[in-house]
Amino acid sequence: MGDALFTLSAFETEALLLSLRVAVWAVLGSLPFAIGFAWLLSRKEFWGKSALNAVLHLPLVVPPVVVGYGLLVLFGRNGPLGKWLLDTFGVSVAFSWKGAAIAAAVVSFPLMLRAIKLSMDAVDERLEFVAHTLGASRWKVLRTVTIPLTMPGIVAGIALSFARCLGEFGATITFVANIPGETRTLPLALYTAINSPGAEMQAGRIVLISVVLALGALALSEIAAHRVTKAVHGI
Amino acid sequence: MASDLQIDITLARDGFTLQANTQIGSGITVVTGPSGAGKSTLIGAIAGAVKPDRGRISLNDHIFFDTASRRHLRPAARNIGYVLQDSLLFPHMSVKQNLLYGSRKSSTWTVDDIAKILEIDGLLARRPKQLSGGERRRVAIGRALMTNPQLLLLDEPLANLDATRRRAILPLIERLRDEFDLPIIYVTHAWSEIIRLADRLIVMKDGQITNQGTLSEVLATDDIGAELGLDGSVIEATVLGHDNEQGLSTLSSTSGQLHIAQIVDQPGSNVRLFIGAADVALALSRPVGLSVQNILEATIIDIRPGTPPVVNIDLALNDGQVLRSRVTPRAVESLGLTKGQSVYALIKSVALDKDLLHHPL
Repeated sequence: MGDALFTLSAFETEALLLSLRVAVWAVLGSLPFAIGFAWLLSRKEFWGKSALNAVLHLPLVVPPVVVGYGLLVLFGRNGPLGKWLLDTFGVSVAFSWKGAAIAAAVVSFPLMLRAIKLSMDAVDERLEFVAHTLGASRWKVLRTVTIPLTMPGIVAGIALSFARCLGEFGATITFVANIPGETRTLPLALYTAINSPGAEMQAGRIVLISVVLALGALALSEIAAHRVTKAVHGI
Repeated sequence: MASDLQIDITLARDGFTLQANTQIGSGITVVTGPSGAGKSTLIGAIAGAVKPDRGRISLNDHIFFDTASRRHLRPAARNIGYVLQDSLLFPHMSVKQNLLYGSRKSSTWTVDDIAKILEIDGLLARRPKQLSGGERRRVAIGRALMTNPQLLLLDEPLANLDATRRRAILPLIERLRDEFDLPIIYVTHAWSEIIRLADRLIVMKDGQITNQGTLSEVLATDDIGAELGLDGSVIEATVLGHDNEQGLSTLSSTSGQLHIAQIVDQPGSNVRLFIGAADVALALSRPVGLSVQNILEATIIDIRPGTPPVVNIDLALNDGQVLRSRVTPRAVESLGLTKGQSVYALIKSVALDKDLLHHPL
């Protein structure tokens, strides 16, 4: 064995890179929406607010399989959104890594939203009012006061949802199946290994990769959180 | 340029009604009154933080709020400097970035000018967390001034600062009035600040303006003074000099000299003194062999019976300033006090600041 122990096989590299790609796109794609909805829920009063809040948190409370099935119905080639995407942009998300990213984004969205909203709730609204009296437009206040002061929550939200994306299984396998190189992320690769007789070693290696990846992400987010808190509060 | 802020508003919020009708011009207008009187609500309505139920607010020809024409200008469009008690500096920015946040191209003042006037020029690179309470207030005032405001609202800007820090900032606020020619509305219930700063005074209670006018006019109203804990009169005098050894400052007025515990103001500058009505005794001739050192020549201009057993006597100093005194009816009778009579006012204690009040000289 020797070197082979520390060298990733093609199967493992494929799953690792795919997991990273899916998680990065899922996080980047949901971030603007999470900030937008967090602002809406934290700063505005409107009719149907609690209903919106419930809907946005739904993926946290329903089984991931249900989310995956819902996505399949919506984004399948004959689903309303899937058909529209295909007709308008010629893009099909079903059974592709893009679908896996959508599944991961939807499932992790409530975690990101909550972290950002809590942090935004803690920002003194009077600072925003003062910015207005200093002549700032609503957009400038959001850009220069609200978002910078919410950064600790944004970093925490990114870290949480990134971790959740890496672990996403149920919605992904239901929505986009388990296709090698396309939708077979680390958890799905582990599932495949477990179901193959005599692949215990393979399963163990994927578990190890997942743990190392999670710890690395955690360490990065700790460093980022520390820096951001320092930048926001000044020492 | 004379400024004219017109306010006529009504605003009801859970059991509390603010009703204010006033006109505010240049100089420092102090708004005072007990907690819950509606001072901050009034200021908030001017700044646009709260929307009145009906009425009108305008500054010169600039209409901020008007129910008749359904106008409610955004705070950003009002061009007002608004400084609250908790300075509310942006914690993620340096002092300089805070100052520059609302600066306009049209600003007559640069960061350096403002920093010099407010004595914060050494702090520009710091973060708000690294500032003392007094420094934070000054940065907040500077940040508001950088927007070139047409009006400055200061809502208890010196609350929770110790006396030394307060005394250091008060002259700066006077400088703002003189150098920027800016109407300033200043909310406080600290009477040392009222005495020092008020060109005009607005007294509020239970959401109503109960009295308004120049400081002397308001203090001349019999009950207001007692209500504010300012039962007496405010006299202006000029600093003559200081005696460091004895810790005394000498002030001159046309009616005689006054000796008070040492103050920081330069010789030649004018200061306002508060003299409590109960601290002024009267004598028919210049007394000798008396521990009271502050004796002013005065003429009785009014004698009014107050709440028994008290008689209020108003005295005019040689330059016309009014000094209020309070004596017993027996004293009036035995001295035979009448209007127009020349007397000597014996001043038992003089205050520039709350801390000095209890040092009779």
